[in-house]
Amino acid sequence: MKERLGRVEHSGRGTEANRGECREAAAAAALTFRGLGLRSAPAALPGLPGDRATSRSDLHRGSLERVRRAMDGADLAGKILSTWLTLVLGLILLPSAFGVSLGISEIYMKILVKTLEWATIRIEKGTPKESVLKNSASVGIIQRDESPMEKGLSGLRGRDFELSDVFYFSKKGLEAIVEDEVTQRFSSEELVSWNLLTRTNINFQYISLRLTMVWVLGVLVRYCVLLPLRVTLAFIGISLLVIGTTLVGQLPDSSLKNWLSELVHLTCCRICVRSLSGTIHYHNKQYRPQKGGICVANHTSPIDVLILTTDGCYAMVGQVHGGLMGIIQRAMVKACPHVWFERSEMKDRHLVTKRLKEHIADKKKLPILIFPEGTCINNTSVMMFKKGSFEIGGTIHPVAIKYNPQFGDAFWNSSKYNMVSYLLRMMTSWAIVCDVWYMPPMTREEGEDAVQFANRVKSAIAVQGGLTELPWDGGLKRGKVKDTFKEEQQKNYSKMIVGNGSLNSESD
Amino acid sequence: MGSRSTLLRDEELEEIKKETGFSHSQITRLYSRFTSLDKGENGTLSREDFQRIPELAINPLGDRIINAFFPEGEDQVNFRGFMRTLAHFRPIEDNEKSKDVNGPEPLNSRSNKLHFAFRLYDLDKDDKISRDELLQVLRMMVGVNISDEQLGSIADRTIQEADQDGDSAISFTEFVKVLEKVDVEQKMSIRFLH
Repeated sequence: MKERLGRVEHSGRGTEANRGECREAAAAAALTFRGLGLRSAPAALPGLPGDRATSRSDLHRGSLERVRRAMDGADLAGKILSTWLTLVLGLILLPSAFGVSLGISEIYMKILVKTLEWATIRIEKGTPKESVLKNSASVGIIQRDESPMEKGLSGLRGRDFELSDVFYFSKKGLEAIVEDEVTQRFSSEELVSWNLLTRTNINFQYISLRLTMVWVLGVLVRYCVLLPLRVTLAFIGISLLVIGTTLVGQLPDSSLKNWLSELVHLTCCRICVRSLSGTIHYHNKQYRPQKGGICVANHTSPIDVLILTTDGCYAMVGQVHGGLMGIIQRAMVKACPHVWFERSEMKDRHLVTKRLKEHIADKKKLPILIFPEGTCINNTSVMMFKKGSFEIGGTIHPVAIKYNPQFGDAFWNSSKYNMVSYLLRMMTSWAIVCDVWYMPPMTREEGEDAVQFANRVKSAIAVQGGLTELPWDGGLKRGKVKDTFKEEQQKNYSKMIVGNGSLNSESD
Repeated sequence: MGSRSTLLRDEELEEIKKETGFSHSQITRLYSRFTSLDKGENGTLSREDFQRIPELAINPLGDRIINAFFPEGEDQVNFRGFMRTLAHFRPIEDNEKSKDVNGPEPLNSRSNKLHFAFRLYDLDKDDKISRDELLQVLRMMVGVNISDEQLGSIADRTIQEADQDGDSAISFTEFVKVLEKVDVEQKMSIRFLH
């Protein structure tokens, strides 16, 4: 090709007409070159004058063929895309609109469970001595000495200070450095056995060729088959939500509007859950939160919201965000009254409480969904419930959510991953499997203050979900611990070495 | 996937094993603990990394314990230093007592454990616990709950009982003598699993 062009350029020796033709041909050549993405200029090569005519027609024929081939390619791509979309529509979207399941995801889950069981057996066979490592993931590095201060200092009340007292504090301190209850809750749970995802492969070594092959196959399936499907679904789900709620928002307030808005919400949430291959088991549906109540749940990730709203509609509470989240929030509030706060308003506790009180006073409004922990915890424990939601009054409907980490880690480590990379990780896991337990409603009892009530609800949720209960504040993820805890320890120690009577009395 | 710090090399693991006496699996698990504390992901821990542990932050002697990890004048501790300090709290096993009489004393010997505790009191590292230093450490442990006079008398009594050479300060030998009846092995040991 280059030779032909070279010849064309060189033949400018001739007449005006020739030169014109050459310019035309050169222009065509330049266009085709750009079309083919080639940047190199045609090399000037000496050529025979007789080739001029044939070279021009060859050039035209070549470019026509290329265009035809490109059109065929586009046609094919269009056909693939349309069959793909019809499949998606038929098999996934329509059933979700009616709340029906075709059983495809159940088959997928069965195959997945069988594969993971096989993988676990192979790993167990392959690591005889090191199987102790596997157990240690759930047991811990050390066995902590939980004896209280009195026993640890080996004394009765009123004993004197001894130089050996420092042993107790240093041992406690070193134990906390090696393993503490709090910081481990802000990172993903370690798995007992590998689930064939690269990201969870911390302590597990190469076992066998077959296992590696299955892992490679898994990577291909997850990234090339599941990921595009899921991204398509998520895209469709979110657009439908925004469009649907905006349309419904145009209607005047009526029961039709409420029914339609519920339909739109439920359908789009079901589509979004399918986009994560979510398998959710709801237990005790008779206790599902009713209108005019407050629904309270433990928080692991933003997906919690999706999981709960697939089974019922809630009014959400939260800060107004920018970007995509902001668009979704603004659209949703048109169709049904959610409670979104500006960032400045969030600081004013009284304003927040007032607005929430107004919301639940209206018995026709949907139950409010609140996560009292205030931040995402890694689903192995429940941390302190902030008392604000429990001061509003009204009936509390507790809900416990427990994810199965074997199929995919749902925890959002917001300091490590931003929202987009988190969603990508979600969409390239095997599936999201979780259990949701609705619990009987609770109200504040006589003589119980908000903090005690919050702790009571927290214990109930922890017991139901099989999670550890911790008194620590989830805010420790980012903030420092309050000095009052240290002062409490100092006070206890002081009581021990001088007895109660001679302590400095603190003004109350 | 978040970035991971470099994995522990085998030679380094062997060296730490020899120096501290921890087992292979213990060192691996402690390494993953070290990396999870290392928020800056630069292979070393700073004082802030330790203070982020809530249970350590509320310990009255938290600052002194954190200080024990950092060598003189330095602000960062690497994994070797971390393990060396932790090794003081490894339980003493019976078969270790007879091993290697000619080699260096193991880090978790009774004497080294006592040395660790001594260093918690000895703020200026002059190998003596003065009345002032004892008062400061006592103040850390009791907070605002005991008056200065009472604390002063506690400190005086302690020094009087321990001091043998009459310099109104406690040297390491005197410290050891006072604690000779205390079961140091049990009080200064953490039960590491496998």
